[in-house]
Amino acid sequence: MTQTRVAEEPVRLRRTLPKITDRFAAAGAVLIVLVLLATILAPWLAPYPVDRLAPVDALLPPSGAHWFGTDKVGRDVLTRVLYGGRTSLTIAVAVLAMSAAVGVTLGVVAGYAGGWVRDTIMRVTDVFLAFPALLLSLALAVVLQPSVTTAIVAIAATWWPWYARLSASVAASISTRGYVDAARCLGVPAPMIVLRHVLPNSLTPVLVQISLDAGGVILTAAALSYLGLGAQEPTAEWGLMVEQGQTLFTTNWWVVTFPGLAILVTAFAFNVLGEGLRNALDPRRVVK
Amino acid sequence: MIEVRDLQVRYGERVVASVPELDVHAGECVAIVGESGSGKSTTLLALLGLTEGAHVSGNIRVCGVEVLQAPERRLREIRGARVALVMQSPQAALSPTTRLGTLMRRALKLHGRGEQAAQRGTVQGDGRGKVRRIMVEAVEAVMLDPGILRRYPHEISGGQAQRFAIALAIALGAEVILADEPTSALDVTVQAEVVGVLRRLRAERGLALLLVSHDLALVSTIADRVLVMKDGAVVESGPAGEVLAEPSHPYTRELLEALP
Repeated sequence: MTQTRVAEEPVRLRRTLPKITDRFAAAGAVLIVLVLLATILAPWLAPYPVDRLAPVDALLPPSGAHWFGTDKVGRDVLTRVLYGGRTSLTIAVAVLAMSAAVGVTLGVVAGYAGGWVRDTIMRVTDVFLAFPALLLSLALAVVLQPSVTTAIVAIAATWWPWYARLSASVAASISTRGYVDAARCLGVPAPMIVLRHVLPNSLTPVLVQISLDAGGVILTAAALSYLGLGAQEPTAEWGLMVEQGQTLFTTNWWVVTFPGLAILVTAFAFNVLGEGLRNALDPRRVVK
Repeated sequence: MIEVRDLQVRYGERVVASVPELDVHAGECVAIVGESGSGKSTTLLALLGLTEGAHVSGNIRVCGVEVLQAPERRLREIRGARVALVMQSPQAALSPTTRLGTLMRRALKLHGRGEQAAQRGTVQGDGRGKVRRIMVEAVEAVMLDPGILRRYPHEISGGQAQRFAIALAIALGAEVILADEPTSALDVTVQAEVVGVLRRLRAERGLALLLVSHDLALVSTIADRVLVMKDGAVVESGPAGEVLAEPSHPYTRELLEALP
């Protein structure tokens, strides 16, 4: 009985340890929350309606009335940046959700099953990885009708193999753990072992990878839009705004600069958060 | 409970375990001793039909099931529910993301224990309450506080984890406990607790115990009969008192001399 009580002290200590102590990670998280709030609250924060055309006010520099200036057709850039975040972040979330869902499912099954199942899944994965990611996305986006949905599918198609690979290797190592053997010795059927033991215990590195990747996905989506293969007018999207503004850079710098900064800040914030998560969740740091 | 005849486990050409005869009856404790790599653990896994990639021949009867002939489904029914395995490193045997209570409840559900108890009316209460009662009783039977069911594996000690593994076997109503070096990962005082629990359960519930260990001191305190294995073969077997007091095989003498 004393045994029970003795263990009580380290329990509380350990429970509080895995929280994010990294200052940069916290900064990243705060930035992301700010960006999210700004885009979610866009209808209330934005000073003008998102599609309000005002040719008279075209290409006004930043001022009290238009903090970020206006674009070629007189739309308020601040408004478009706020609304554009919705598109860009939606793309990021959708791409990562799809990639993780497909990649982790395949990866975990491959990692647990091993043998020919693993070989088959991993060879398919390798085929996808053999293409340069952006080229494959481009090809897909061209074949399908260019739109936000297309961009999401095209990017996800090149993104999931990384998750499959990552989770396959993690799941393979998890599958040799004592508790997986223990589950087998308890008569637990294989699908349940994968679902309840291998999957939850493989998720940490995947979560870290997701937050590290979010910035990359936003940049890729921006690249697709920039090449005219992602979001189309009049949708507000950061990459598209950069594309439209770049020819004006020397004369009207604000049209391209503000959406560019938005991409930069968001990508940076996700990266910092990912690094921080990786450090915080690193078992070598969690244990004692 | 356990009847083994002419068991041979091979990986390719290599024979890793060869046991001509091994019987464990209800309420009895048999120990397999030998050094690492002598085939002790492999023998245990073979009893559960879990020697993946190995060629297993002979006859294995566990709780009335012919392990080598039975379909996987049938084997899954006896694993855990009738034959429980207690592992060497207790904490590694618990999934870090699952609370102990959740784990036990799932195991009970997997083997339909809640409904069975409800039908037999052996436990008071309704549905969830019955399962809860089974869990608390099992945990208390190994001298653990029921509060442990709310804990995660990293929040408990090795001795607690090992006793929880035994509690799981009790909750599931196992008749045989296979213990693979159940105490070697624990310190001495905790070892005594675990051994005490095992011995008491054997006396009170008539559990059959098959113990794999290199710890002859432990074996001498609990085992009725002993099998000595070396390089995959049984070199000596017999009542624990005789084998340990008057070893006939030089290897057994060697093991005994290695005792502090």
